[in-house]
Amino acid sequence: MQVFDSGNVAAATSVKLARVQVVAAYPITPQTPLTEKLSQYVDSQVMDAEYVAVESEHSAMAVCIGASSAGARAFTATSSHGLLYMAEQLHWTAGARLPMVMCVVNRAVGAPFSIWNDQQDSISQRDCGWIQLYASDHQEILDTVIKAYRLSERICIPVMVCYDGYYLSHTYMPYRVPEQSAVDAFLPPYTYRHTLGPEKPTSLNTVTLPGGRTDIHGNFAPGYMELRESLDSEMKKAVAIYSEIDAEYLDIAGRGGDPIVQCYLCDDAEYVAVALGSMGRQLHDVADGLREEGIKIGVLSLAMFRPFPADILRAQLSGRKALIVFEKAFSPGQSGALRSELQAALYGEASQPELFNYILGLGGRSYSSVDFRSSIIESIQRKPGETGRCEEIGWIGLGR
Amino acid sequence: MADDDLRVLTSDSYAGPGDAGRTGAWRVLRPVIDYEKCAPAKSGKAACFLCWLYCPDNVVSKTLEPKIDLVYCKGCGICAEECPPHAIAMVEESKFSDLEAADMVQAGAVTAGADRD
Amino acid sequence: MEAKKTRAVNLTEEELVYPGNRACAGCGLNILYRIGLKAIGRDAILVVPPSCLTVMQGLYPITSTQLSVLNVTFASTAAAASGVRAALRAQDNDHTKVVAWAGDGGTSDIGLQALSGAIERNEDFLYICYDNEAYMNTGVQRSGTTPRGAVTANTSIGGKRERSKDVASIIAAHSPAYVASCSAAYPLDFHDKIAKALGIKGLKYIHAHTPCPPGWQMEEKVAVSIARMAVSNGLYVLYEIEDGRMTLSEPSAKLLKKKSLPRVEEYLQAQGRFKELGSDDIAAIQSDIDSKWAAYRRDMAGAAA
Repeated sequence: MQVFDSGNVAAATSVKLARVQVVAAYPITPQTPLTEKLSQYVDSQVMDAEYVAVESEHSAMAVCIGASSAGARAFTATSSHGLLYMAEQLHWTAGARLPMVMCVVNRAVGAPFSIWNDQQDSISQRDCGWIQLYASDHQEILDTVIKAYRLSERICIPVMVCYDGYYLSHTYMPYRVPEQSAVDAFLPPYTYRHTLGPEKPTSLNTVTLPGGRTDIHGNFAPGYMELRESLDSEMKKAVAIYSEIDAEYLDIAGRGGDPIVQCYLCDDAEYVAVALGSMGRQLHDVADGLREEGIKIGVLSLAMFRPFPADILRAQLSGRKALIVFEKAFSPGQSGALRSELQAALYGEASQPELFNYILGLGGRSYSSVDFRSSIIESIQRKPGETGRCEEIGWIGLGR
Repeated sequence: MADDDLRVLTSDSYAGPGDAGRTGAWRVLRPVIDYEKCAPAKSGKAACFLCWLYCPDNVVSKTLEPKIDLVYCKGCGICAEECPPHAIAMVEESKFSDLEAADMVQAGAVTAGADRD
Repeated sequence: MEAKKTRAVNLTEEELVYPGNRACAGCGLNILYRIGLKAIGRDAILVVPPSCLTVMQGLYPITSTQLSVLNVTFASTAAAASGVRAALRAQDNDHTKVVAWAGDGGTSDIGLQALSGAIERNEDFLYICYDNEAYMNTGVQRSGTTPRGAVTANTSIGGKRERSKDVASIIAAHSPAYVASCSAAYPLDFHDKIAKALGIKGLKYIHAHTPCPPGWQMEEKVAVSIARMAVSNGLYVLYEIEDGRMTLSEPSAKLLKKKSLPRVEEYLQAQGRFKELGSDDIAAIQSDIDSKWAAYRRDMAGAAA
């Protein structure tokens, strides 16, 4: 079925299709239309779920932690300060290896308050142990949430599905909605690895020593560091597992095939513009224009930021002349996180591209195809070897 | 459910005694029950059991002659304080010979072992 | 019709807390935890934030509690319990009990917002706050419920200057299904109040006074007798609030008939934490107790007769 609606409604639709059992949410712009819609679905019994209208985002994640631990598929959504207010809970959820999906409707963070879009909120939470997926249009929002549940429940790591506030959350686009039966076949009911009850009482998330310790049966139990190491090594498996899941989704929905990176005009490209989220889609037009002028440019939209798909990126980007990395978030005193990580991934490659980093759109500052175009031209006109240093940022639209 | 090749290491724990080790080693004073004074022991009828009720550490048995598991008894002395006929004396551990101490530990270890099954 | 009161002789022998745990000797919490779990039974999920109880639970992979326990972050206890209940409802499980069990700091300070939200939503679980009147687990720092005058690690000069928060009254102002106060000196009263609370739908709150020998600077053996003294001198009151109506529980109700209550000095002087109190401070504490009881006598004397 094809519908024409907002990105937030696409997200709500996917949560319903995923048969989420517990939704907990606290309002924050621009997430609100998503969770309002879910409350309507629950209250009108379109969706068989518990809706818990909590008093904070910290509690929203707490409800999801309790629900996921006690055997229910859980969902929340937030933005900006809401995500930051959850920060300790995010680490907790990942450390507890709880399956869960959360939509992050990307928004700038204060001070000063800004209700408009950038990606500082989710990027600043890159180290909390959640998988981070970025959708670049409404269809991807819907498909990604459903696939994210499969991924999260298989790998026991929570997943953020991030999408740009307003650009995607509040705009209207056509997208296709899969049949419930197809989604049911794709996404089996959730089961938690423990049943918290009298049969086999288990204490979850107990204090763990720096080193290992023997249990009551004389078996050796690992220490804190082994638990952290396993979160890392198992999260890294998400790249391959998500690709497998995506292939299955392709069978039921007829969409997918490039779940980690989407390459546009990249085959013969000497230059590649790289971006997360909806910017990637906007760059397509820019690349089309530059191609007409004979500039061999492609666009790589990154849909997964954690785990960082370094292998795929190396395979795609090694040997290009230059990468122009556009970001709506940065680490003050350094550069964009994506740029730093791309450089790290490419370090030591025989043929390393030059790297240029542009920061744009912070706090909703407008940007256009002209901005992308001039930044790309500026970058490719730099002399060979005159690579942007790691801390060098090109600011787009300052003083506008 | 997780794949077989995923370990999903978490700190899920299961119940058992002695998480803090043999906490009887913390004890400075040892409770010693005088069954001549103890109400249920004297009467041979279920009664009182306040030592059992108030014991923070679950080391007193609810029996006509209450027994104390000295492997884990921390020696707080609440049982002695709360015993209505003052049947429990708190005696310095140093007054007991090593042999007696070993016997006590062994007696307690049997209880602990049973709990582990 | 009042439920039959449990006595030590007929209290279940089944123990749900293993010995050899990390509670300090003479821990008031440990007494109530052990007896409280007897009332809760095995078909339950406990939700526990950081506190002495976390340490008492044990260190991975061994726990002292023979029930399922979900350890959660400090501020999130009541919300996590709400999530557990929502999950059980979603699975049509109406038999498993959900019990949140937090300390005074975790309840009166950092956890108050989540608890307030959960009561306002009338979530169906029991919340137990064990009140040892300071952050004992982190080394005895003042909390919202630390009494005025008490020396703690961060009120070491002159003691705490402010009155304690009356958390149960804050909770009662939300009109939850059930509110009660308990004491480590009366574990059977605690047992029966838990049993009663678990029979009521909605949010139930029990506030329990649990002496802490190291934190209160007193001998371990007096933990129970000190708690009892706090009840008998009228400082700590045992009561229940149902449908907005407060009734004093027996150990406190019998004080209504007394012309005067034992002075508070003996209680204060038995604890090293109150060593900085002067006679004026003690008189002020006594005056607070006296006016509280004057109000009780005025409001409840008839009911208790």
